Amino acid sequence: MSDMRDLYQEVILDHSRKPRNFGVLNGDSIEAVGHNPLCGDRLSVYLHVEDGVVSGIAFDGVGCAISTASASMMTEAVKGKTVEEAEKLFEAFHEMLTGDPSSEGDGSALGKLSVFAGVREYPVRVKCATLAWHTLKSALDGDGEKASTE
Amino acid sequence: MNRPVRIETPSREGKAPPQVRAGGIDDSPFDVEKVRRDFPLLKSLMNGKPLVYLDSAASAQKPSCVLEALNVFYTGCYSNIHRGVYHLSAAATQAYEESRRKAARLIHARSEREIIFVRGATEAINLVAFSWGDRNVSEGDEILVSEMEHHSNIVPWQFLCERKGARLRVIPIDDRGELILEEYERLLGPKTKIVAVTHQSNSLGTVNPVSKIVDMAHRQGVPVLLDGAQAIPHHRLDVQQLDCDFYAFSAHKMYGPTGIGVLYGREKLLEEMPPWQGGGDMIRTVTFDKTTYAELPHKFEAGTPNIAGGVGFGTTIDYLVGLDLDKVAAYERELLRYALATLSEIPQIRFIGTARERCSVISFELEGVHPHDVGTILDGEGVAIRTGHHCTQPVMDHFGVPATARASLACYNTKEDINRLAGAIRKALEVFR
Repeated sequence: MSDMRDLYQEVILDHSRKPRNFGVLNGDSIEAVGHNPLCGDRLSVYLHVEDGVVSGIAFDGVGCAISTASASMMTEAVKGKTVEEAEKLFEAFHEMLTGDPSSEGDGSALGKLSVFAGVREYPVRVKCATLAWHTLKSALDGDGEKASTE
Repeated sequence: MNRPVRIETPSREGKAPPQVRAGGIDDSPFDVEKVRRDFPLLKSLMNGKPLVYLDSAASAQKPSCVLEALNVFYTGCYSNIHRGVYHLSAAATQAYEESRRKAARLIHARSEREIIFVRGATEAINLVAFSWGDRNVSEGDEILVSEMEHHSNIVPWQFLCERKGARLRVIPIDDRGELILEEYERLLGPKTKIVAVTHQSNSLGTVNPVSKIVDMAHRQGVPVLLDGAQAIPHHRLDVQQLDCDFYAFSAHKMYGPTGIGVLYGREKLLEEMPPWQGGGDMIRTVTFDKTTYAELPHKFEAGTPNIAGGVGFGTTIDYLVGLDLDKVAAYERELLRYALATLSEIPQIRFIGTARERCSVISFELEGVHPHDVGTILDGEGVAIRTGHHCTQPVMDHFGVPATARASLACYNTKEDINRLAGAIRKALEVFR
């Protein structure tokens, strides 16, 4: 099972069992819906942005352990960050999972989020890990359109 | 010029497949180990563990004889078919057309004129929805499908309904995953133009009472299309006895090549239907003023087909007949019983689909573990199953799940495969404990 433990690290399992910031935000929030047509998973991300800072964030929906944990840890990572910083995190996270492996980007920026590096070895699961981030991106872009992993 | 090799690699050990009928002489038991030796891929490893392949409902593995037939055809006998005057083309045509005759015999069609070669069951259904549908369906008419259909037996009919202003009606299923026949009876009416249902559900394993379904429709003068993609490798089929009007299936689910399949249609209906796609091979004469069409079955086969696939399909049919579908069915029935009994010992399992008549498919949920995580962990254990909605989103909605894990059985699976499956499921539970 050692391989599986690389993917399903304790932190990931913990966040999938007890997702943080799970639910909706009170008051007016920016909302985006993400959908992974491959597995039918759907999740919604809710945002409060004040003065260019993500002051509040929550998510809900159903998904696998990877997508739930990724959404949960994402909400912790971006809360209190500026929109610009959040978008940089999105790019770094995306790069970690889908970028050129030889380019060895500066993973340090990701902090705790680097536990998802193992997902890279499971190409069909990459979309599970990135679903919440794509949804966040579309909420930040405020295009109101549904995010999709396709 | 050397005469091309004759394109008969077919049956195992070069012998004619035993034609055994009930009460025949061959009462030897089904030898699964011997069957497994016919499938080279089953010997491979997945993630360092011996492969347990439990995804045959998506696509079945191929026996050596089929692979060899493709190779022999491409290396020694290949050319385009129909209208070639040279020997190679004549031999290729003969091999391709021989497969059509074998398909006709396999399903007991009246003649090979009733066997239209298509890419697969999906294309077969699209062909009927376009050709038969456009001619016979008008505004206000109704098309009956069931809640357990694969998307391929829903979407082509939705297209038709959109084109014609017709209405798609749905025969509901109960919580076992069986069709509710009383509802079917109620839905069948003067507006119903065609009934399109699956012989066997790909996500629930339910085997539908197709004879009864056909009878009920025919009493109202309504034709029936059966989607046989799942059923075909598991049951002996007689379309005349069944009396269905169309039957669609794919070679790749019956241990054959991809990209080739059959639309069986009652000859009278096929005769009345306009061509679907235009092109070479489907015409008799072409002028800019008027084009006349080829006879059945070629009327529906525009363009160069999957020739090698068609030839390999013939070998596939020989192989399947050689296995004896009655023995296959009995073996698979026992294997399913064993699998259900074994998996039932895992308390966290909930089966999706518990029909009384079922075959080869086990859909399940594992408490506390999303199907995709189940699939990934099983993969790590060398066990290949499918996870997701299985192209049956309405079924998922019915059972209130986004996805299921699905193990599907074929004639080459063993009780050991089931034990490995159960062991891997326990590992998944361990990881997520």
